Formats: sequence, structure tokens, C-alpha cells
Amino acid sequence: MGKFFALMATIWEVLVRRVDSYLMAAALAIVGIGLITLFSASDQNISRVTSQVMSLGFALLLMWIIANIQPRQLARAALPLYILGVLLLIAVALGGTVVNGSRRWLNFGFARFQPSELMKIALPLMLAWYFQKHETRVRFRDFILAVVLIALPVWLIKREPDLGTALMIGASGFYVLYLAGLSWKIMLGLLVAAAAAAPLVWPHLHDYQQERILTFLDPARDPLGTGYHSTQASIALGSGGVIGKGWLNGTQTHLDFLPERHTDFIFAVFGEEFGLIGSALLLVLYLLLIGRAFVITINASTLFARLTAGAITLMFFSYAFVNMAMVSGLLPIVGVPLPLISFGGTALVSLFIGLGILMSVQANRKLVKT
Amino acid sequence: MKSPRTTHSAANATPKLPRLRAPLVFGGLLILLLGLLGRSLYLQRIDNDFLQEQGSSRYSREIDVPAHRGRIVDRFGDPLAISTPVKAVWAWPDQVVATPDQLRALAAALEMTPAALNQKLAQGGDFVYVKKPVAPEVADRAAALKIKGVHDENEYWRYYPGGEVMSHVVGFTGDHDVGQEGLELAQQSWLGGKRGSRRVIINRRGEIVEDVKSIRAPQEGRDLALSIDSRLQYLAFREIKAAVDANKAHAGAVVMLDVKTGEVLALANWPSYNPNNRVRVTRDKMRNRALIDTFEPGSTLKPFTIAAALDAGKVRPGSIIDTAPGTLTIGRATIHDAHREGALTVEQVIQKSSNVGAAKIALSLPAETMWQTLSATGFGATPMTGFPGEVSGRLRPAKSWRPIEQATMAFGHGISVNLVQLARAYTVFATDGELKPVSLLKVDGAIAGRPVISADTARAVRRMLEMVVLPGGTAPKAQVAGYRVAGKTGTAHKLEGRVYVDKYVSSFVGFAPASNPRLVIAIMIDEPAGGQYYGGTVAAPVFSSIMGAALRLLGVPPDAPIDNVVLPPDGADVREET
Repeated sequence: MGKFFALMATIWEVLVRRVDSYLMAAALAIVGIGLITLFSASDQNISRVTSQVMSLGFALLLMWIIANIQPRQLARAALPLYILGVLLLIAVALGGTVVNGSRRWLNFGFARFQPSELMKIALPLMLAWYFQKHETRVRFRDFILAVVLIALPVWLIKREPDLGTALMIGASGFYVLYLAGLSWKIMLGLLVAAAAAAPLVWPHLHDYQQERILTFLDPARDPLGTGYHSTQASIALGSGGVIGKGWLNGTQTHLDFLPERHTDFIFAVFGEEFGLIGSALLLVLYLLLIGRAFVITINASTLFARLTAGAITLMFFSYAFVNMAMVSGLLPIVGVPLPLISFGGTALVSLFIGLGILMSVQANRKLVKT
Repeated sequence: MKSPRTTHSAANATPKLPRLRAPLVFGGLLILLLGLLGRSLYLQRIDNDFLQEQGSSRYSREIDVPAHRGRIVDRFGDPLAISTPVKAVWAWPDQVVATPDQLRALAAALEMTPAALNQKLAQGGDFVYVKKPVAPEVADRAAALKIKGVHDENEYWRYYPGGEVMSHVVGFTGDHDVGQEGLELAQQSWLGGKRGSRRVIINRRGEIVEDVKSIRAPQEGRDLALSIDSRLQYLAFREIKAAVDANKAHAGAVVMLDVKTGEVLALANWPSYNPNNRVRVTRDKMRNRALIDTFEPGSTLKPFTIAAALDAGKVRPGSIIDTAPGTLTIGRATIHDAHREGALTVEQVIQKSSNVGAAKIALSLPAETMWQTLSATGFGATPMTGFPGEVSGRLRPAKSWRPIEQATMAFGHGISVNLVQLARAYTVFATDGELKPVSLLKVDGAIAGRPVISADTARAVRRMLEMVVLPGGTAPKAQVAGYRVAGKTGTAHKLEGRVYVDKYVSSFVGFAPASNPRLVIAIMIDEPAGGQYYGGTVAAPVFSSIMGAALRLLGVPPDAPIDNVVLPPDGADVREET
């Protein structure tokens, strides 16, 4: 018996050695909330929940594997991953599966895969690897190259079209630049350029994208048409009140008024059923997760580790923030899922890969505190 | 603390990150998350009431619950109109998602061809009735297929067992089972009850997903018992239809009243229509001519002229009136008799229907006196049956009468009536001078009438009316075996514009048994075109067959020997007025 327990203890020790318990706890709590909400959002259809749990299992496995890889080895994989990602995006453009008018998927017969999700990890890795290699402050030449590295996948994803993901991936590249020490002058210049370009970009947006922005500025201009999502989401959230309507009791959700309720608008389902208390709890959980990721970033031992961890942290935050801000009417509607909660296997897997990288970085942190 | 940083190898180099960036970023994140929290606070706490109301306005609905409409029954409780719960199957063609197999199954369940179903669904748009009404079991079979976009709803369907026989009296309902014609319309508030309402929860597609509670229970409509006797109604309908056909007439109507109660026991018109299937029914067929159309009564009005004169003491039944030479000229107009009769008693004026005699008697009266009698017997006023659209006919005030008008009014021209009015007016002769109120609804027990003429006058006129149907009168064909009959013929030229043309309204109004009258029957045949047009030839036989059958059906004891009917020899001259 003693031997058995010793064996179990050893196995446990191997399993958790490089797994960061804070990250893990926060992530699992959020995933748990996600599954409970998903059950409600899919009208108590358990098959969607089991499918999400299967994805979760796979995601946890990948996370564990990556947590057990040294950051140095991850760095070596950066360039091949990036190239693979770009090739897959080109493959999508050439022969991807069209869903809801967007060509975003590659169909491998046994599974469908969204290459843009791979790029979410590959791009920060690639940029971090590049700056690690050069180990210097970012010179203008490096900056230009980085911009090209960012622009290529962003352009490919934007033309799928998937503006939300393209923006988020572009942002993740920018986070690396920022963390790598891009000079304030250039950043300011970029901001000014972006502001100046806005009127030029406007005519190139799709009609529905223009509509979304106009609707965001005035949701009441077409409440049954383009403003429908935003209006319904606000109503769902707001009618939940402080304590919520209770699990499975959200009227807007279950009467079909709320659109996309198991994916992009799942926060409205959660907010309607669990109220202000639930929303606040979820925000605190995200804050804990991101705060922990931040600590890991600060303690990272190498530039590559630090840039990657920082970019992943910021990306995680961006997804959570943009989604919740969109659902609660603070931002225009962009198709961005709520991390760890929205239904979707690929996103779950890429998020847990990100957590795995964070854990790997944490396991190889600086031994001496600065 | 500084030494490890500087002594690290290149592989483990200390990141040379600018200061300030990390705290700046974290601070930024915190502010943004606080922004989200603030937004949640705003939506879920501050703006909560408004948004909750917005939410409920989207899912909560008050829906109407139809009330079960009361039945219409005849005087014995036999149904004339019944509401049955049915369902209407409808669809949103845009939203219908079904395999061809499912559509075939749906078509089979609804007992329609797949082609007809596809045609309905191909109309596109928001809403289409696939089939209505259908029996609840049929709709349930369709619903069991669970085809997306196909729905059903509860309705009531009004069925009229009496069909075309009863349709003019009963009428019919239109949308949402609301009365549209006839007594269905007149008695809407009695029959219809009050719609109730329920609070329900609907989803985005407007489907009811939950029945929350009843706000107001529907108040069921009440049954309505009519005065109609179905047996007599079928009889009257059958005979009037046959008479219209036989005489190639434009239309015909019959009214049967119960003398004791004033109830309408039968009221039928031809042409008629089937209220259960009103596709392509013209308004003309829907007319209840007996109540909403007027005509000039002609000689059926003469007894009232005589009654006025008898009551005023101007003549007695035996007084002699000289009708020679069969014409009477007043001003520029001349009144004609159909046959020259010479000197006639007042009784014979009625029996032979002399226009000149009636005119002379009328002219012996002040206009006001004659008007009084006509008005008191219900002419110029609606019969107050409550039937929608019933008319009053026209009886001009006595002050405006010129002598020629008073003379022609004596034999029923220059005045218009409807058939119910005319039948009702004869109750003064069937009783001892009382005008009975008429009713289309069942009445319990005898109803006292309003005295209009003296009992002596009434009896005297009744005797004269009996003479009309005897040989030597204008209507021997009105006789009924076993019963003494009293009545009067009418044959009136029709007015087209302001000119009398050679088209006729033939009529007969009478009652039986004469010894103790039970029924008044009025017959009107509009534009007979079968060669005959005299009331005694066209309308009197219809009266005879209806009256005879009705009296036997009601078990009224005969007051004459069974061989009482004496018809003049074939080809004998039937003395008629025009």
C-alpha cells in the first residue's frame, strides 16, 4: 500500500511540477463558470457541454506538455510555427471552408481547424524570438521588419474576413513591440498615423462593419436591424439586476432574443442569470488570472520569455475586455469570443497553450528576485 | 543585487526592458477592468428597471382568448348555429425547414395534395394559412411532425345545420366568429360573450412558450332560442322555393305568425344561400326580403280600409256600394275594376276585390281616420323584430293626401310594406281587433295585443275574408281541407321609377282556422313570369298547402268537414283585381 501511495505521489509530483497552481485555479474556475453558462445558453443541451469538455481535456494535455518544455526550446519552434501559420492561412484563402460567409476554417475531415488561432500564439513567439536573437533595443530596421511580420498574417485574416481576430492578432504583435521597448516617439507617431488614416480606411470597410460602428455610436438608430445584437445584450445584462434571474432562468436567453448566445454573447447570458454579483465575480477571476500572468511576466528570466509572457498576458486581457465591453455596449460589435467561456474548441486550446507557455516561463523564472 | 544581472551569460541574459512600462500596463489594465465593472454596475443596478421593462416588453404578451359563442336554437332547442373548436394551421414560409418527405407527410396529415401545400408555401412572405379550419386531431397530427415554421392556433368554426333553409333569419358570422348578418349580427352581444385574455411568454419568433396566467377568463356566449319552428320552416321553405320555380318568378317570401303570441314560426325566402359555404354568394341571395324589402301590397290592404269605415260607422257589412260602370274618375285619373260588377255590398267589395268599391268607401272617410287605422295596424313603422335592416315601409302623413291618393291607397297603392308587417297587421282580424307584437325570439305564453279596431269590426271583416276563398271569391285555391280559412289576395303592378309596368307582385295573406285562428301566413311572389300572375292563382295555392300542412302538424282541431273544399269548375273565370 505504501508503495502504491508513493507511486501516486510521484505521478502527482510529475503532473504538477511545472503547473502553476494560481493560474490553474483561476483558469479552471473561469472554465467552470463557462461550462455552467454554456449549459444554460445551449438550452440545456448537454452535447455542447460535453463537446467543450472534450476540447478542454485536449487543451489541458497540450498545456501540460508545453509547460514541460523549456522556453529555450519554445523559442526554437517560433520560426517554424510562424511559417506554418502563414502557410495554413494561405491554404485557408485558397481552399478554406466557408461558414456564415467567412472563409476561416480548414477542414481535415476528422476535425476543423482555424489557423488564425495558431497565429495568436505563433506571432508573439516569432517576434519575441526575433528580439531575443538580436538582444538589443529595437532599432528602426527591426521595427520595420516586425511590422511586416505582423502585417502579413493580419492581412490574411482580415480578408477571410475576420476583422476582430485580425485586430486582436495585430494588437498581440504590437504588445511585443511595446514590451520590447519600442520608442515612445514611434508609438506616438503610429497613433497619429492611425488617427489620420481613419477617414481613409472608412470607405474600405465592409458595409456591415460601417453599420456596426454607426450602430455603436447610436444603438437606437436601428434596434431591429443592426442595433439588435447590442440592444438585446444590454437588455439581457441589465434585466439580470443585482442578483440575476438565476441559472437557466434568463428570459432573454431562453426565449431566443439574445443572438450568438453560446459564443460571442455568452457574457450576456451569464450576466442575466447571475446578475451584478456574478459579473463582478467573473471580473475578479479574470483580474486574478491576468495579475498572476503579470507576475510571471515580470519574473521571466529571458527577454524571449518575458516578451512572450507579456504578449500572452495582454492578449488574454484584450480578449476578455473587448468581449465584455462589446456585450455591455462600450465597444462596437466585433467577433471576439470571451476567453475560457465562449463555446469553441480551437480558441480553448490556443488559450490553454498560452497558459502552458506562461507556466513554462514561470518554471524557468529568475531564481533571485530583483 | 546588481551583480547577478551583469554576470549572466548571453543565453540567460537579463532582459533590458525600459522601466515604467510594466506598472503602466498593469495600471492601464486595472482602469479598463474598473470601467467594465462600472458599466456592469450601471446596466445591472442603475439602469436595471428600465432594461427589465424592456426585457419583459419583449417576451411578455397579453393574448386574447376567444369565448365560445352561444348556440342559436329553434323553439324546441334544435340547433341552428353551433360553434365547434377547430384549428387553423399556418406557417412562416420563410422559416419553414423541411425535407420533401416531411412536406409529403404534412400534406397527408392535412388531407391536401403535396402540390397544393407547396403552392401555399411558395407564396413566401411572413404569414400564410396552410389550411383552416381543420379538426383538432388533424392539426395535432400535423404538429406531431414538428416541422420548423409550421404552427397552429385555436379558433371556432360556426356551423349552420339548417343551411339555406334558415340562413336568412339566422345570418352568419365573419372573422373571429363575430356576427355579420341576420340575428347573428343583431344578437352579437348575447351570443358572443366576452373574450378573455391571458398573459403568456413568447420567444423571438412569437411562439408561445409558456402560459403564465389568466388575466380575465373568457365569458361564454349564451344560447339564443328563436321563435322559429324548424318543421314549419322547412315546410314553408320547400313550398316557397317550389312556387318561385313553378311561376318562373324573380323571388318569393313567406311569413308564418303564431296568432296567440305574435311569434314568427317560419320566415323563408327564395332565392337563398348556404351559410356554410359563402364562396361566390351574391348579396342579392343574402337578402331577407320579408323584412328588408318593401313592395306595394295592392288589394291585401283593402280589409283595413273597410275596417276603418266600419269602425267609423260610415258603412255596415250589408251597405250597398255602386261600383258601376267599373270605373271611377277623380280629377284626371281613373280607377278601374277588372270586371264590371254593378252594385255590391261591402262584403262583396272584399270578396270580389273591387277597386272602385274600396275607393268609394275610402273617400267616405276623413283622410285622418283612414291614416289612423293604417298607422295603428303597424304600417309605416318597423315591425320591431330587432332584425338588422328591417324597414318601415312608407305611409305618408294624412295631411299630404290628395283625394286620388286616398282612393288608390284604399286598394294598396301609394303605400309600401314589408311582408312581416303585412302578416302582423292581419292579426287584428285573426284576433278580436288586437295587433300582436311580432318576435323572432321564443316567447313564453300568449302575449296581449294592442286593441286597434273594435271586436265587432274584426269579426265582420273576418267573415268577409272567409268569403274571399269561397266560390265567387278571388281565391278558392286558398281553401284547406278540414279548416275554415280567411284571407285576401293581392296582385299589384310594380313601379319602375315612377311608372307602373306589366310586372306584378302576387300575394296572399290569410289565417286559419277561421273559428279560432292560430296561424297567419303571408305569401309574396315577386314577378311571376309563368303566364299566371293573379294572387288567387299564384300565391293562394302556396298558402293552402303551407297552411294545411302546418295546421295538421300542429295538431289543430279541424273546424270544418273534411270535404269542405269547393273549387269552381275548371276554366271558370277567376275574378281578380289588379
